[in-house]
Order: sequence, then C-alpha cells, then structure tokens
Amino acid sequence: MNYTSEETLVWHKACAVDDIPADGGACALIEGEQIAIYNFERRGEWYATQNLCPHRQQMALSRGMIGSTGASQEPKVACPFHKKTFSLKTGACLSGDDYQIKTYPIKIEEGFVFVSL
Amino acid sequence: MKKKIVVVGNGMVGYKFCEKLVAKDTNGSFEVVVFGEEIRPAYDRVHLSSFFSGKTAADLSIAPVQWYADNGIVLHLSDPVVDIDRTAQTVRSHHGVVAQYDYLVLATGSAAFVPPIPGVEKDGVFVYRTIEDLELMQAHAQKAKKGAVIGGGLLGLEAAKALLDLGLQETHVIEFAPRLMPRQIDEAGSQLLQAKLESLGLKIHLNKNTQQIEGEEAISAMKFADGMTLDVDMLVISAGIKPRDEIARVAGLEVGVRGGIVVNERLQTSDPAIFAIGECALAHQMIYGLVAPGYEMADVVVHFLTDGDKTFKPYDMSTKLKLIGVDVASFGDPFVQEPHAKTIVYENSSKGIYKRINVSNDGKYLLGGILIGDAEQYNMLLQNVKNKTLLPPDPEDLVLGARGGKEEAGSGVLSLPDDALICSCEAITKGAIVEEVKAGNNTLDAIKKCCKAGTGCGGCVPMVKDLINETMKAQGVYVRNVICEHFDYTRQELFDLIKIKGYKTYNEALADLGKGDGCEVCKPAVASILASLWNELILAKGNDTVQDSNDRFLANIQKNGTYSVVPRIPGGEITPDKLIAIGQVAKKYSLYTKITGGQRIDLFGAHVSDLPNIWEELIEAGFESGHAYGKALRTVKSCVGSTWCRFGVQDAVSFSIQVEERYRGLRAPHKLKSAVSGCTRECAEAQSKDFGIIATEKGWNLYVCGNGGVKPQHALLLASDVDTETCIKYIDRFLMFYIKTAEPLTRTATWLNKLEGGINYLKAVVIDDVLGLGEQFEQEMDLLVEAYKCEWKEVVNNPALRKRFTHFVNAPTVKDPYAKFEPMRDQIKAAEWTK
Ligand code: SRM
Ligand SMILES: Cc1cc2nc3c(=O)[nH]c(=O)nc-3n(C[C@H](O)[C@H](O)[C@H](O)COP(=O)(O)OP(=O)(O)OC[C@H]3O[C@@H](n4cnc5c(N)ncnc54)[C@H](O)[C@@H]3O)c2cc1C
Ligand code: SF4
Ligand code: FES
Repeated sequence: MNYTSEETLVWHKACAVDDIPADGGACALIEGEQIAIYNFERRGEWYATQNLCPHRQQMALSRGMIGSTGASQEPKVACPFHKKTFSLKTGACLSGDDYQIKTYPIKIEEGFVFVSL
Repeated sequence: MKKKIVVVGNGMVGYKFCEKLVAKDTNGSFEVVVFGEEIRPAYDRVHLSSFFSGKTAADLSIAPVQWYADNGIVLHLSDPVVDIDRTAQTVRSHHGVVAQYDYLVLATGSAAFVPPIPGVEKDGVFVYRTIEDLELMQAHAQKAKKGAVIGGGLLGLEAAKALLDLGLQETHVIEFAPRLMPRQIDEAGSQLLQAKLESLGLKIHLNKNTQQIEGEEAISAMKFADGMTLDVDMLVISAGIKPRDEIARVAGLEVGVRGGIVVNERLQTSDPAIFAIGECALAHQMIYGLVAPGYEMADVVVHFLTDGDKTFKPYDMSTKLKLIGVDVASFGDPFVQEPHAKTIVYENSSKGIYKRINVSNDGKYLLGGILIGDAEQYNMLLQNVKNKTLLPPDPEDLVLGARGGKEEAGSGVLSLPDDALICSCEAITKGAIVEEVKAGNNTLDAIKKCCKAGTGCGGCVPMVKDLINETMKAQGVYVRNVICEHFDYTRQELFDLIKIKGYKTYNEALADLGKGDGCEVCKPAVASILASLWNELILAKGNDTVQDSNDRFLANIQKNGTYSVVPRIPGGEITPDKLIAIGQVAKKYSLYTKITGGQRIDLFGAHVSDLPNIWEELIEAGFESGHAYGKALRTVKSCVGSTWCRFGVQDAVSFSIQVEERYRGLRAPHKLKSAVSGCTRECAEAQSKDFGIIATEKGWNLYVCGNGGVKPQHALLLASDVDTETCIKYIDRFLMFYIKTAEPLTRTATWLNKLEGGINYLKAVVIDDVLGLGEQFEQEMDLLVEAYKCEWKEVVNNPALRKRFTHFVNAPTVKDPYAKFEPMRDQIKAAEWTK
C-alpha cells in the first residue's frame, strides 16, 4: 500500500469473507480482472495478487498453497503448476526467477472483502 | 642470497607451480618472476566452455593479480618471453624486459594444432583455447547459421556442444578417423556415442579429409577429399594440440620429433637449470594433455627446488567427457584385450548404454575400460584400477550393478585405501578428506574451501559427497533428512509423533511440532501422513488448503487450468453399460477421452465448476473416484487370466479386483501401482509395479518394489507359491511398513534401494516378522480399509464442499475464459501454453 493514502483508493467489493477458505485462496472477478484473494487466517492477514502465474501464463495462483519462508517469515504462495513461489507482500518471485506479480491493497469490512485495483 | 626463478607461461600449470612453491617455500628463499603472454592472469581453461553458459572471465579466474603481489611474485602480463640466453642465464621478453634466473621453468602450454588446409586464415575460422577465442566465436555466432568443428575428439566434441549452445541452426562434426574419440574409446563405444550425439542434433561426418576452406573473405563452405562440400559460415578447428616449444627450440634445448620439450623424471630439460612442465613438456615420450598430470609435474619441480625428492611417473590419462549431455568415460587401459586381458562388455543400444571393462587374465584386477551413456561408476572403477583393488568374484557386477538382491558389488568408498587419490586435480587422498570431515568440514563447500578437493575438473564431487556422508555415518552422526524449514523432523519421526498425539489437522501438527506458517513442501507431506493414519476425508477439517492442487480439487490439473476425471475401473474390467455411461458424460461435458496406460479411461478438459456435476453423474452410473490425483493406490492392472486365456493358471482378473478394492484410496508417501498376471508370461507387467502378483500352479508369487517411470526397476520376489490369504497378509505388512518409514515422495523402489539390508531385510520384516509388528500392520490396514469412502461421493453430497468447486467465488457460473481448447482428431486438446 506504499505511498497511496487510504482515501484515494477505490475499493471494490470482491466477496464474502467466508468465500475464501482459511489459509488458502480463491479467485474473484473484479472489473473483468482475475484477482487471487488469500485468507491467511493463522496470521490474521489478507492478501490479493493477480491470478495469472507469469511462468506459463496460467490462471492458477489462487489455487496454490500459501505459507511463509525465511527468518522474516515472508508470506508466499506456490503456483500449483510448477511450484514457483511469490511473495504475497511484494509480488517478487522467491524461487530464483525474474518474475514479478501484481499485489493489491485489500481490506475486510463487515464480513466482506474489498480490493483496490 | 635468494635464488631466482623465472616462470615462462602463466596458464593453469604455471600458476599451480607458483601456488605450490609459495606454500612450500616458507622461509622465502626464492625470488619469482612470471611472464605471461595472455592479457589476464591464469584462468580455468578446463571449464572454458562454461563461458557460453554465462560464466564470465572473472568467474574463471584462478587467482587475481593481487595474489601474485601479496606473495612477492613479479608478474608481467601480455609480455611473452622471446629469447633465452642459456649462458648468461637470462630471458628477454617482447617488451624488452631482461630477467636473470638460477632456474627457469617453462610452462608455455600448447596451442591448437591447425592443419595446413588452404583457407584456414579466412574470417569465421576459429580455434578453441583462450577466452579471446571464445569472445571472437561469440561475436561471430550472432550472424552465423551453420557451423562445423574439425575434430571428433574430446575437445572437438566440447567445441561442438559450444556451437549448439551458441544457437547455431546446424552443427557438423568432421572427423578424419573412421570413428569419434579414437584415442579414448573403442569401435563399439564410438558407434553408440555417435548415435547419442546425433539425437542431440549434431551431424557427424567420419572418414572426412578437409581439402579446402572456401569463401571470399569469410568462410562459406568446406570441401572434402571425397568431393563433398558442406556450406558453413563458421568453423572451429580442434584437431589436436601442438606443444609451445618454439623458444626452447631456438635456445637449443632437445625437443621431440613431433614437438614437445624433452624432460627427464624430474622434469629437467637437456639443460639441467631449465624445467618444462604442463602441456609443453614431453615426458615419457608423451604429451600429457590434461591438467592433473600438469599439476603433478609442478609438484615434482617444487619438490626438487625445496630439497624434496619426487619423480614424475607415467600418469593415468583417464578422462570423463563433460558438458555434452552424454556420459563418456575412459579409464586405465581402455583398449587392452585378449590374450592380455579378459574383456566384459555390456551393451544396451535402446538405452544408449555401452560399458566395457578389461580384467586381468587371473580375474583379480581391473585394467581399464570404457563407459558410455552411464558413467556413474567411473570414479569407483578408476579407483579400482589405480589402487589395484581385488575384484569381486563376479567382476561383471561392477558395471551391471548388483542384481537379484545381492549386496552392491565392489564396496563402498570407505573401503578404499587411505592413500587412494580422490581428487586428482589437486592430489587429495581419501585419507585427507576423511580427516577434514572428522575435523568438522562436513559439507561439500567446506571441503572445497579447506583442501580444494573438487575445485578442479569437478569429476570427483560425487565421490567427495559419498565420503562425507559415509564418514559421518561411520562416526555415528545420524544424517537426518528433515522435511523442510518448518518441521525439524524426518517423515518417519513426524508420522510417529502425529500418531501418538492423535492430531487430525495440519494446523494442530504445525502448532505443536513445527514453526512458521508452513509451505508447499510440508503441507502435502503432513496431509499425506494424516490420510495414511486416519483415512478421513482429505478436504474436511480445514485440511483442504494444505493439499497439493490435485488433491484439493480431487482431479489432475491440466495445461490450461482445466482438470481430468478418472473413474476407478478395477482390474480394467468394465461392462458395456458403464462404457456407455462414460461416453455420455464425456459427450455432455465435451471432454477429451483416452484409454490410459493404466487400463482405464481418462476424461480431460473439465472446468472446475463442472467437476461435481460430472462426478454426480458418474457415481449415479456406479463409478467411484479413481484417485488419479492422489499419492494413493492407482490401478491394479490385470491380464484376462484363466477365465479365458488358454495358458492362465489362476483367475487374475478376480484377484486384481479384490486387491484394487482392498487398497483403493490408500494414501502413501507416493503413488502405488499393482498388477496381477495369470501366468508366467506376465501380460499384466506385474514385475514393474510397486507390488505385483504372478499366478503359479500352486498359488501366487508376490513381487515388490518395481517401478516404471523415470528410473525403471524390476520388482523383486518377496514370497512364492503363497495362497490368496497369505498374499494379502504380506501385502498389508509390506505396505504399512513402507507407509510408515519412507521419505516424502519416495516410490517403493527407491525406498527399498535405501533400506539397510535390502530385500532380505524386507523379507525378514514381512515374512519372518522380526520386528514383531506383523499383526499390528495388518490391524492398521484393516482399519484403513474399513474407513474407506469414495471422496467424490462425499463432496457431491456436501453443499459446503461443493461450493468450493468454482473458478470465480463471486461469479460461480462463469467459467475461466483463460481455459482455451483447440480441435484435434474430432476431439479437443488444451491450447499450447506460452513457454
Ligand atoms: C493418464 C496417464 C497417461 C495415459 O494417457 O495413459 C498418466 C498421466 C499422468 N501421469 Fe503417469 N500416467 C499414466 C500411467 C503411467 C504409467 C503406466 C502404468 O501405470 O502402468 C507409468 C509408469 C509406471 C510407474 O508409475 O511405475 C507412469 C509414470 C508416471 C510418473 C513417474 C513415476 C516414477 O516413479 O518415476 C509420473 C510422475 C510422478 O508421479 O511423480 C506420472 C505422472 C502423471 C501425471 C499425474 C502428471 C501430472 O501430475 O499431471 C499425468 C496426469 C494424469 C491426468 O491428468 O489424468 N506418471 N504413468 C496414465 C494414467 C494411468 C491411470 O489410469 O491411472
Ligand atoms: C576447451 C578446453 C577444455 C579442456 N578440458 C579439459 C578437461 O576436461 N580435463 C583436463 O584435464 N584438461 C582439459 N583441458 C586441457 C587443460 O586446459 C590443459 O591441460 C591445461 O590448461 C594445461 O596447462 P598449461 O599451463 O600447461 O597450459 P596453458 O593453460 O595453455 O597455459 C600456457 C600459457 O603460457 C602462455 N605462453 C605460451 N608461450 C609463452 C611465452 N613464450 N611467454 C609467455 N607466456 C607464454 C600461453 O599464452 C598460456 O597462457 C582442456 C583444454 C581446453 C582448451
Ligand atoms: S509420460 Fe509425461 S506427458 Fe505423458 S502422461 Fe505421463 S507425465 Fe504426462
Ligand atoms: S505456471 Fe505457475 S509455476 Fe509454471
């Protein structure tokens, strides 16, 4: 959410909190775009990224396993196809390739998930 | 007064001489001046080709200029020595530097031998020796399409690989001799190597004598003595090496008829104050074109100068070809044959493997050999030759590996003598490495740092690793294979802990036994343990999101994000009605339909949101999940057996259905496959399965731990002529033992290969019940069998679970517009993905 202030963001209602499985992800269609939403329940955190895996252009990141890595416990998702992993915070590829995915601001209000594109 | 040493040539051997002298000359009794012709200090020529796979000149550098200064060595680069005055004992360089010497060391190496073919001076013709050569090639290759290499020897093939890597459309290898690598391997081996290289895309021409290189300024074609021409726009000449003996010649030192500075066992030339080492030296009437003997020569001279006594003995010229994508090795005396030796040959042309070993007539010693296609045993065999190890009674085991449940032939690395040379580049013995490991340097990196073993050609690295592991084991250090950064346990430990604590979910296990938030390695591993222990629905209790993608959606994900559907068809037996039902479902949902290699039917291209509907219809028609997506029992294949076949001795189909229904849904560290054949003709291929059963007149023979796939391996006989009940009992015990003790994603074959005591131990556990766990294994299996439910049936009947099968949570009826198909032979296929 770097440098953008709350007020200037346009929020889109994505789905109900219950629609996203605990410690996993699901995909929502927002403004014609496929957005992967992750409910990192054990950390009480939510993340949103593009659903497209840049490796072989598969709409699959929302179906990947999430977890964390390293001393800093960087939250990450592993693509179900070939297990390339991406930071949920920065979108950087953590498995040594030169990929970058988009991440989006996300918030929870009254049982609903909102994402800003 | 300090003695003055001048070194001419700053290549690999010249550098090694300096390094060794610095190490030995602790009281500084020498003054060293080095002249090098190249612009950079010595670099790793052996790995020159890695320049094309992204290594830079800096990566290849052996020691920076600063190293020489730090050690008091005066280094003149880009300044070759042009003249030696033996009376005044001075050398003069191209730039006019004159240096006085007490001892002169010539380490001028060699140059590529360029045959006198008209046209070799044209643009686009290269040699392959220095970094500059490679830079020139790289620049030229950008506009070149067809390349050729003259020379089908060790270096020529490496150059050919480089051309492939440079992205040329065609690469030809031109060899004068009737076969490739004539100096290292025999006729049969050459043929096989040739076939392999051709399959990599090289075009090979033998018996070809290049007569002319054509073209205006730049090369455009090559013309051969037999009249053929070949259009090429790039050529690398790698037809051999020519020792750089020119300054020695002018100075009147003795040189060989075909070049090379003649030296004695102490590497002295005909002038005792002048030494020659490395590829410029002719020792024992031979040019040693490898780096290891060169290093040995440097060591001998350093010994001489520092009052040691050492001589240079004829050196082993064993080699292993690197980089080309085909294993090729030649060791000891590869060619010796009857009547001087006995030769054992193993050839498997379909797999591209050729192995030859030459054994002394008394059968006691290995003399040499050739390995092509699989050189895994190279290091061990080389050690056998060098150390004159006594051979096992069946020397063929050395190349064929142990068969039929015998212990691995030969013996482990630890049985080598302490003075066995493991790293010949750096002359490091087994004893030295073992000492280092004991002193705490127990990783490969640590060993490389502390004694340099493995830093040269790298060929000994597998052996160094084995030595590290074996030494640690021998010290009683338990080498643990922990799951990942989140669980500091081996799978077996985790299995036992989860069982004792009775955990049913991943989160419980992580909270108590792990740390962090888990990852894609430990999640499926723990999920598999939970399933093997309790056989509960894998999607329940929040365990759905710890499943690998295929398990999470109970279907195999395909190239375009859709899924496949594989109903169970036990034993491959199916009624016409059920066939029709499958056909109808496939038609309705536009699924590509194929008979699988596992005797059942796979339906591809299902959208995730269609999966529950498809399964609802299949279940209605009497099908259940086939678990094609799980690390679980897949199929039990059958042959038709005694019900129809005139040779059948038992009813294989009925038994395979019984076996498949018993173990269906059983989750394990990896997938499980089985088969039942009705007689010894083995039409069901039971001996390639994790457990396979073959009918006998008296009952069944049970085979275990076979594998097709990546590394095929035949199953081994566990029990013979057992009745049906005993057969099931043994399978229960075998499977539970495997499930409890195997590491994640390890098939039974690999598990057995690592099991201490091998098949004999497995027999003892399963049949003789040495662990006293037989009955417990059977009971545990009974519980799992009882707990079995078709997981698709559970999902279909559970609205909450069904709801998870959508592509868009906020638009459940919309299908993924990204999932694209293309037509193919009246059906569809997944659209090609972008690479
Ligand atoms: C469909 C099928 C090929 C076919 O069109 O015939 C197939 C398809 C796949 N195989 Fe296979 N294998 C199929 C028979 C085999 C066989 C033959 C057999 O079982 O008799 C083998 C060799 C025998 C063996 O396993 O020992 C085989 C050895 C493999 C391997 C290598 C296993 C190994 O130990 O080396 C893999 C990779 C793995 O499991 O890690 C694999 C993995 C796969 C996967 C699951 C790859 C994946 O993860 O997407 C494929 C997807 C199936 C799907 O989407 O439905 N498949 N695969 C066959 C399904 C059989 C069935 O009815 O269940
Ligand atoms: C592509 C390639 C792959 C190889 N692969 C392997 C392998 O896998 N295994 C293996 O064991 N060996 C391999 N070799 C051979 C190995 O590189 C040589 O055996 C080793 O480099 C020999 O060392 P050297 O010091 O004798 O010669 P060089 O390394 O050639 O060094 C000689 C140096 O002396 C310089 N020089 C010459 N004349 C003068 C002069 N008058 N004044 C000053 N300097 C002079 C030269 O310019 C050169 O820099 C390979 C070689 C090449 C080219
Ligand atoms: S052999 Fe390879 S490509 Fe063919 S089905 Fe099996 S895994 Fe897929
Ligand atoms: S498509 Fe995501 S890792 Fe390959």
